[in-house]
Amino acid sequence: MLTKSSRKALGLVAVATSLALVATACAESDRGSAGGDDGEPFVFAAAGDIGSLDPFFVNDGESFRYSRQVFDTLLDHESGGSEIVGGLAEDWEQSEDGTVWTFHLHDNVTFHDGDELTAEVVCDNFDRWYNLTGEYQNSNNSYYWQAIFGGFAENEDDSLPESRYVGCEAQDELTAVIEITEYSSIFPGGFSLASFGIMSPTTLEAIEGAEITGEEGNYTLPEHAQEAGTLAGTGAFTVEEWNQDQNEVTLQRFDDYWGEPAGFETILLRAIPDETARRQALEAGDIHGYDLVAPADVGPLEDADFQVPTRDVFNVLYLAYQQESHEALAEMEVREALSHAVNRQRIVDTILPEGGEVATQFHPDTLDGWSPDVRTFDYDPDLARGMLEEAGHEDLEVEFCYPTEVTRPYMPAPQDIFDVISEDLQEVGVTVEATSYEWAEYVNQTDSGNCPLYLLGWTGDYNDAYNFFGTWFSTHNDAFGLDDQELFDRMAEVSTNPDEEERIAGYQELNEMVMDALPGLPLSSSPPSIVFAPEVDHPQVSPLTQEDFAEGSWK
Amino acid sequence: MLRFIVRRLLQLIPTLFGLSILLFVWLQRLPGGPEYALLPDDATTEQREALRRSLGLDEPLTVQYMSFLRRLGGGDLGTSLNTGRPVLDEFFLKFPATFELAVTAMIIAVTVGLPLGYLAARKRGSVLDFTAVGGSLLGICTPVFFLAFILKVVFAEQLGLFPSAFRLSPGISRTDITGFVVLDGMMTREWDVVWDALTHLALPGLALASIPLAVITRMTRAGVLEVMGEDYVRTANAKGLHRTTVRTRHVLRNALLPVVTAVGLLTGSLFAGAVLTESVFAFPGIGSFIYEATQERDYPVLTGFILLIATMYVFINLLVDISYSLLDPRVRAQ
Repeated sequence: MLTKSSRKALGLVAVATSLALVATACAESDRGSAGGDDGEPFVFAAAGDIGSLDPFFVNDGESFRYSRQVFDTLLDHESGGSEIVGGLAEDWEQSEDGTVWTFHLHDNVTFHDGDELTAEVVCDNFDRWYNLTGEYQNSNNSYYWQAIFGGFAENEDDSLPESRYVGCEAQDELTAVIEITEYSSIFPGGFSLASFGIMSPTTLEAIEGAEITGEEGNYTLPEHAQEAGTLAGTGAFTVEEWNQDQNEVTLQRFDDYWGEPAGFETILLRAIPDETARRQALEAGDIHGYDLVAPADVGPLEDADFQVPTRDVFNVLYLAYQQESHEALAEMEVREALSHAVNRQRIVDTILPEGGEVATQFHPDTLDGWSPDVRTFDYDPDLARGMLEEAGHEDLEVEFCYPTEVTRPYMPAPQDIFDVISEDLQEVGVTVEATSYEWAEYVNQTDSGNCPLYLLGWTGDYNDAYNFFGTWFSTHNDAFGLDDQELFDRMAEVSTNPDEEERIAGYQELNEMVMDALPGLPLSSSPPSIVFAPEVDHPQVSPLTQEDFAEGSWK
Repeated sequence: MLRFIVRRLLQLIPTLFGLSILLFVWLQRLPGGPEYALLPDDATTEQREALRRSLGLDEPLTVQYMSFLRRLGGGDLGTSLNTGRPVLDEFFLKFPATFELAVTAMIIAVTVGLPLGYLAARKRGSVLDFTAVGGSLLGICTPVFFLAFILKVVFAEQLGLFPSAFRLSPGISRTDITGFVVLDGMMTREWDVVWDALTHLALPGLALASIPLAVITRMTRAGVLEVMGEDYVRTANAKGLHRTTVRTRHVLRNALLPVVTAVGLLTGSLFAGAVLTESVFAFPGIGSFIYEATQERDYPVLTGFILLIATMYVFINLLVDISYSLLDPRVRAQ
């Protein structure tokens, strides 16, 4: 029985709570109906804040998601596909030996600050990057320049290679000619990388001499990379503000854009690092879309009328066999047996989102150079068990590493994938010693060759097979412990052949050689899911996760 | 009093010194390094080694530590490896959000916990008392992230009463003066900003308040029960003092002494507890920033932020000690 005072106290609490709820409900009565008005910002949740406004400094997907809306590159990828098409360059050609690249630029392209695009501006941009000095040459600040063009005009670190970049000449107002030292298959794809977004002459003048300041291990990026207002590109959106205390970038439609004007007037890119929090924010109407949807969330989101368009695959996940860390893995029979033991279809069917497929080689079938004639390994546990017995390894014990607290577009649920494979391996008599690492340490351990079995993969930067297997099998490395000089030599030969037809035939041959050597088992290619609210007419989704938000609008 | 404050501030020096050494050793023990977190998966071993060299991480720990101390002497906590901004700038950029969250949580905890604890003690054995004791036990036992998750699902997703994430709604323009959204909104009379910020603070604030609310309720109840049985309260009642005077001057004031200490300690711990709450609500404060820095192996941010939080913790405790003397004349006399 409640006393009189207790009843009074409880009553007060009840009244106060009711008032608070009514007040907030009134104030928030329009919640859950976000979007739909032309002027309303399109809010997209990124997995993290951007690293810099200047895309040259960064190497992460979230920074590139922003920069692709603001800066254009010489070449691009087709909307919704992976074919390389013109960007700022209407068309382009290469010399026979592949060392001279001529780009014919679009006419009447205006920068956000009113400057006109000319061939000279393009050359000025490339020359600027080539001539960077000091801390700009740090791999963390110029990762993709180094990946594509090697070194700089004057290398300040002995470990940097000679630069592949020779120079750029403006042949006429709209023709830029870029010369490189020798052909590599990273061209022309390298010209499409978001790091090489072209900036206006006024911008280049403003940032000339801007330095990365500080001493060893303590560097501060220049102001133009931190605050909006200096950088002008030619993209469909201008960068209005980078609100670092809210982890939010505001983009505004650029009305003088040279292509189709953007459908959204304003875009907000807001960081929500937690995967579940992103889904909940979408369901609560606080955002209108996000990327890297967990496979388990795809069905429920679709059921709730959200749009989850399927991307084409452009990645590969593999199970690596490190041959130097475990004696048995150096034996081909054992690697073959393990490959027959893994039920890859089960991974695709039970873990990956719709559109996922079993991989037969170390790049997806959407790339030129994919071979239908590689050695394949059907799921056959009896055969696997027999092969292990024959090889004298019926009691094989092996350490198997997997990453925790991370998802990758090619590996949406690492632990689930690990569980399935472990179960398969145990089924054929292999004793699996599970080892998990947090991502940074995982990369360290796998790179150092300390994990006999592990899961890893890659999402392509551009449409070229070498961008996949060239990373892993062009030389001996600790990650695989593969020592196959014939393969390495052939890899070098093919990747520097400027003849496209011959190169693609060479890639097919390389795929067959790699699968003969069996340094690992390609597991799957998986389309990373992206989701949009029902009221959004979403842009074409890209297998390279390079959506052009200018294509989107409110329904 | 001045000597007391100076002495406490001087104690801060060895505390921070010891903490910084521990942090340096701990960071070295942290598996992986920034060269693995900052560069893409396909980076070569040479690129990773070059980055490590350029960050000075190939130097012996003692050299790195001396270099850190030298910079610290100049008021420089280093630069974030991830954002390229000075750590101190990052801290002041993220601090207002966490401060507002912690204050919200503490306001909820104190304004609800004190009267609830007091009423529970006054009505000992009643349904209210049972509810308060049981509720506070539940509050202490429930993990903050779980409560945050439940609050979000119910009040943001299903009922749509509150936002599920962020610090402000999209499209809300505000005048930034101090970085404190609520304060700035009040100073500029942008009431829509104030209201919007408060709605964003409600759920994370409530989640974060759960433990301090439970502790304050229980401590207040216990304190009041204890003091109510004291001779001087009986004497005051016997003297015919007004009931309100007895309750406020004699009971509450004495019962609150341990609660004040708890409030101080709990406020400090809220900054640590904010890590999970901020992550769940994508609330851009120091908690979520520390979480990201751990993922990225951003050593300067981890070292700097933890040292700054420790400093704040010491200052909060100092304030608690000072407030003690205001509440308790015996302490003042000492």
